[in-house]
Amino acid sequence: MKKQYKRMEALQYAFPKTVPVMAGYLVLGAAFGILMRVNGFGIMWALLWSIFVYAGSLQYLGISFFTAAVNPWYALFMSVMLNARHLFYGLSMLDRLKGAGRFKPYLIFSLTDETFSVLCNEEVPDHLPEDWVYFFISLLDQLYWVAGTLLGAAAGSMLRFDTAGMDFALTALFTVIFIDQWKARKNRRAALTGVFSSVVCVLIFGKDVFIIPAMVMILSVITIGYQKTKDKEVPI
Amino acid sequence: MKQNYINYVLITLAMIVATLFTRFLPFLFFPSGKKTPKYVTYLSNTLPYAAIGLLVVYCLRGISFIARPYGLPELLSIGVIALLHVWKGNSLLSIGAGTVFYMVLIQTLFC
Repeated sequence: MKKQYKRMEALQYAFPKTVPVMAGYLVLGAAFGILMRVNGFGIMWALLWSIFVYAGSLQYLGISFFTAAVNPWYALFMSVMLNARHLFYGLSMLDRLKGAGRFKPYLIFSLTDETFSVLCNEEVPDHLPEDWVYFFISLLDQLYWVAGTLLGAAAGSMLRFDTAGMDFALTALFTVIFIDQWKARKNRRAALTGVFSSVVCVLIFGKDVFIIPAMVMILSVITIGYQKTKDKEVPI
Repeated sequence: MKQNYINYVLITLAMIVATLFTRFLPFLFFPSGKKTPKYVTYLSNTLPYAAIGLLVVYCLRGISFIARPYGLPELLSIGVIALLHVWKGNSLLSIGAGTVFYMVLIQTLFC
């Protein structure tokens, strides 16, 4: 009885954290569902992808895999390249997911850009079970994505409300998290490294392929920082 | 048709495998039972900050400063979000108001 009560509390705590993601995912998920339909791929494919692939930008790219009927190996290679940023999220979450127990596989599977951004900044109050809070945040996010996909694939053309720009909710979410991290004065240098490296790489490599060079640059700068702190720690 | 169908299934599998691979790899490399190298712990403490910076830029990567509307809707909205958030510190308010502001901008002033 007590346990179940805690779970409800965890859900009540988790839900508000996911509202910005809900706005973004319903719109982007619906847009994805519509695009799948427009290109002649049934609701089953759209649903299958949103449940088992569950990677927004890859699913958009995947539509072009289908329409061009590309070689599966090519699809594999492109997908790994596009998803490479997930390696960062994994590395960032190693410590946080240590106590996640039986939820861990699902939490790793469902670590999208948006879920990561919410979880990496989350300080769960002590009286709540952390694993359940993480689980509910992750699960709710995926439910929004699947619901958006279904809506788009089923009723997209009937939509009367102009949703143009609603997906900006995700940009807003990331911006707010950035400001929160900035206010906490923790690792401002790392935050600046992330922005600066990305901007430089967009300018040099262009918007379509900048992510991997940006990741390399971020890792290099952070590694140099690590070498410096390590040198300081060594007693003379 | 059947050939196509098989290709669709294989492409879907490729996407699933690629996503699982990139999401699980760090955890397979550094299982929680074993001692994580110091450098990796350092990375896992600093990377989240850099990664959010990367994500903000990723969202804005498509805007152009040399063609109309010169990235103004995005920059103005981010300005509004930043002001609201520094002032009130309420995430939902900042995100909600910022998004509505952006929608109004691109649907009226900048359309």
